[in-house]
Amino acid sequence: MIRFDQVSVTYGDAAEPAVQGIDLTVPEGELCLLVGPSGVGKSTVLNAVCGLVPHFTGGTLHGRVTVAGRDTRTHRPRELADVVGTVGQDPLAHFVTDTVEDELAYGMESLGLAPDVMRRRVEETLDLLGLADLRDRAITTLSGGQQQRVAIGSVLTTHPKVLVLDEPTSALDPAAAEEVLAVLQRLVHDLGTTVLLAEHRLERVVQYADQVILLPAPGAPPITGAPADIMAVSPVHPPVVALGRLAEWSPLPLSVRDARRRASSLRERLVGVEPGGMGPEAAAGDGDSAGTVGSDAASGAGTGTADGGGARKRLGRWRRRDARTGTGTGADARSAPAPVPLPVTTGGPPAAEAVGLSVRRGRIDALHRVDLAVRAGETIALMGRNGAGKSTLLGTLVGMHEPAAGSVRVGGAAPHRTGPRTLLRHVGLVPQEPRDLLYADTVAAECAAADHDADAAPGTCRDLVTRLLPDVADGTHPRDLSEGQRLALALAVVLTARPPLLLLDEPTRGLDYAAKGRLVQLLRGLAAEGHAIVLATHDVELAAELAHRVVILADGEIVADGPTAEVVVSSPAFAPQVAKVLAPLPWLTVPQVAQALEATA
Amino acid sequence: MSALAPRATRSTALHAGAWWLWALGLAAAASRTTNPLLLGLLIGVAGYVVAARRTDAPWARSYGAFLKLGLLVIGIRLVFAFFLGSPIPGTHVLVTLPEVPLPEWARGVRIGGRVTAEGMLFAFYDGLKLGTLLICVGAANALASPARLLKSLPGALYEAGVAVVVAMTFAPNLVADVQRLRAARRLRGRPDRGFKALLQVGLPVLEGALERSVALAAAMDARGYGRTAQVPPAVRHTTTTLTLGGLLGVCAGTYGLLADTGAAYGLPVLLAGLAAALGGLWLGGRRSIRSRYRPDRWGVRAWLVSGSGIAVAALMIWANSADPAALHPPAVPLTAPVLPLWPAAGVLVGLLPAFVAPLPPRAEPYTKESPQ
Repeated sequence: MIRFDQVSVTYGDAAEPAVQGIDLTVPEGELCLLVGPSGVGKSTVLNAVCGLVPHFTGGTLHGRVTVAGRDTRTHRPRELADVVGTVGQDPLAHFVTDTVEDELAYGMESLGLAPDVMRRRVEETLDLLGLADLRDRAITTLSGGQQQRVAIGSVLTTHPKVLVLDEPTSALDPAAAEEVLAVLQRLVHDLGTTVLLAEHRLERVVQYADQVILLPAPGAPPITGAPADIMAVSPVHPPVVALGRLAEWSPLPLSVRDARRRASSLRERLVGVEPGGMGPEAAAGDGDSAGTVGSDAASGAGTGTADGGGARKRLGRWRRRDARTGTGTGADARSAPAPVPLPVTTGGPPAAEAVGLSVRRGRIDALHRVDLAVRAGETIALMGRNGAGKSTLLGTLVGMHEPAAGSVRVGGAAPHRTGPRTLLRHVGLVPQEPRDLLYADTVAAECAAADHDADAAPGTCRDLVTRLLPDVADGTHPRDLSEGQRLALALAVVLTARPPLLLLDEPTRGLDYAAKGRLVQLLRGLAAEGHAIVLATHDVELAAELAHRVVILADGEIVADGPTAEVVVSSPAFAPQVAKVLAPLPWLTVPQVAQALEATA
Repeated sequence: MSALAPRATRSTALHAGAWWLWALGLAAAASRTTNPLLLGLLIGVAGYVVAARRTDAPWARSYGAFLKLGLLVIGIRLVFAFFLGSPIPGTHVLVTLPEVPLPEWARGVRIGGRVTAEGMLFAFYDGLKLGTLLICVGAANALASPARLLKSLPGALYEAGVAVVVAMTFAPNLVADVQRLRAARRLRGRPDRGFKALLQVGLPVLEGALERSVALAAAMDARGYGRTAQVPPAVRHTTTTLTLGGLLGVCAGTYGLLADTGAAYGLPVLLAGLAAALGGLWLGGRRSIRSRYRPDRWGVRAWLVSGSGIAVAALMIWANSADPAALHPPAVPLTAPVLPLWPAAGVLVGLLPAFVAPLPPRAEPYTKESPQ
């Protein structure tokens, strides 16, 4: 259905091709998953299928791309619109009209279909995607998952043979992601649609794939194969695969269900072993490795991108890691299996405290009687579906919203009544879109401005940037950084004022596993230094690795608040994969298991 | 047709054009009178219908903005009359401002001087008329979805319509961007209020808007926007000739109508030009292969709504010729305006849509996380 023949793409004045040597075939009716670290050209490959590369983006495409027999060289994107449906990363950028029903009809109107055909297909699509109740709603009033479903529906109505999706679940909460994936499953199974999708959150999608295309590194040719074979060598893989590699299960499990069926012996081995980082004795051992965070982030050893291409099948990746640590290449902070232990003393005032906090936004009670205390050195994950009030709570802690009732104190001050310059020293927030924090046109200028804003010694921010991003030159434009680099720069800017309370809103959106790994090390280091951290996230794996406490919000109220292991293990939506595989044992992350196995071996 | 108005769904929804005709009828009526009681009645009628039939859609919330704009217009008119004087002679001096002496070439302009109650009252009547016009337009804006109005355009104008719709959805996004970036300034320890803060987020906001437009253009292209049908060259040339010739005819005809001498040929040339331009548009529509999904139907209720607006205008025009004095209460001498009964009754016809137009569903409140 989709064929790439020796395709390479070079953009504008770039010295090297963005992708090269792409040779692949996607047969009809398959769900094909495109994986690889950030920046290997996944989006370029996807856009080449619908003809946007090179017709819209410019650049040179060598080789040949055919979709359903049509060559993209001779067919412009609009002439492929009846065979390829494309949904980009941001569904909001995709919408042309303002209501759901019009949006579903838009593509068909462009193709000039007869009114009765359009009417029938709109009704069918509304039912297929469960959108019937939303048909008259304005698109901007929908939740993220609903918007993503409308975006998919809007390209389905033209009955395309191929559906191309770029990170369809990255911005969604676990439940909404399930919703979208269920729809994709249905399309592939019932309608025989060919689906090609790229996704960073492999734990959500890999078990549904018929075929996986791995782009291992920039410029490297793709490796295509069955999901289990590719996952065995892939530098990016979900926790369940990491667990399978660790336990040397063969064939490699891709879903929690497969893994559970093989996990009985592992569970037996782990019975009676206390997960690391939670018991007091493990805590003593962890402190020093977490303290060396900066050095490892700098060396990039924990990234997992460089060492995966070697294709040594069936070799437990975590064992390799342990071996390397043993030979003295440096402390691998990732071997710290669980959150930094909490300091036992809690004599001082909390870093932030909300008592009976209610916040109204418009007519909506965004937060309702929320009680929350954040202690120094504590990391809290704030979870809940889109629109549950997570961002509002973070915003209230930095004084963006005024409480309608109750009180909020950060470092002893009421944030909404504190001037920005003073507040900066109490609390820092990295927003959902880190770019919002960056105004200057070079990294150096940004750092100088940050020093000035925070009254810090000149060079403070630049030192932090060097620690987090060793390879970034002074003259780089913040826009040219990758998502992960931009996040690190924004974090450095915020940390310049050394706020005791650090807030992050959805920090792992768009990050690959390597960038996420670096972020985890960094935040653990900060927690060890005594920073209190609150992160709002949909990423259950991140919460499991970092958080001491998980707070779940629903409709602006706290519905669960407790130690990570207790809260997430019992929840079907928020449990990380390892917890699901090893339930009822309270294990959360692969490194925890790896450490325990090493200790018991 | 049952007596009760049905709930508005896509199939019973009133044609957007009907709302505009109704509102323009009210506006035309407003333009024929300076009687503040009649104008107030018109505002009341428009406001009642808006309150009874508007939806929760974003454009429906613009009514408040139009109300404020109307008040602003009245305010500005009064401020000008206060400081720049008024040509209306008056005897009730409210206050005498020091007059700024102006050079010879600026004769006829006055700054300061006597402020009379008559002058202010005249300015108020005048401002109220303008304000009422604006509020009527605002009512149409709040009641009719602009997107659906544009969907009723002929095929050849479709692309212009899309441009307008895209621009309209962009404006709220832009506002959200500005708010988000101003809030982000707070996180950098910079003041988030004031004009300077607004200026400094300007560039990032524009950057964001540009990126969004590029993404939207890509999405539209990939969804088949701009697919065209093959049209024989002869048809293309005829289209161009008809459209251009028609527009020229319209210009010449309008000139003829307005100029003193050409009244005889003005009307026929204008009509012929209009016909040619419409023919050109119709032919041009053949190039576009687009079809329309569930276009609005012009039904009985649309006739009633638009008819009520036109009736208000017609009655007011008739009243204006029958009894001009009642519709234009004099400012000199100062008298309290009286409400002329028959024109007032005519204005009340404009309430008809509040009973016959389909009832919009009460939208449930929604929650949304911070603008993304």
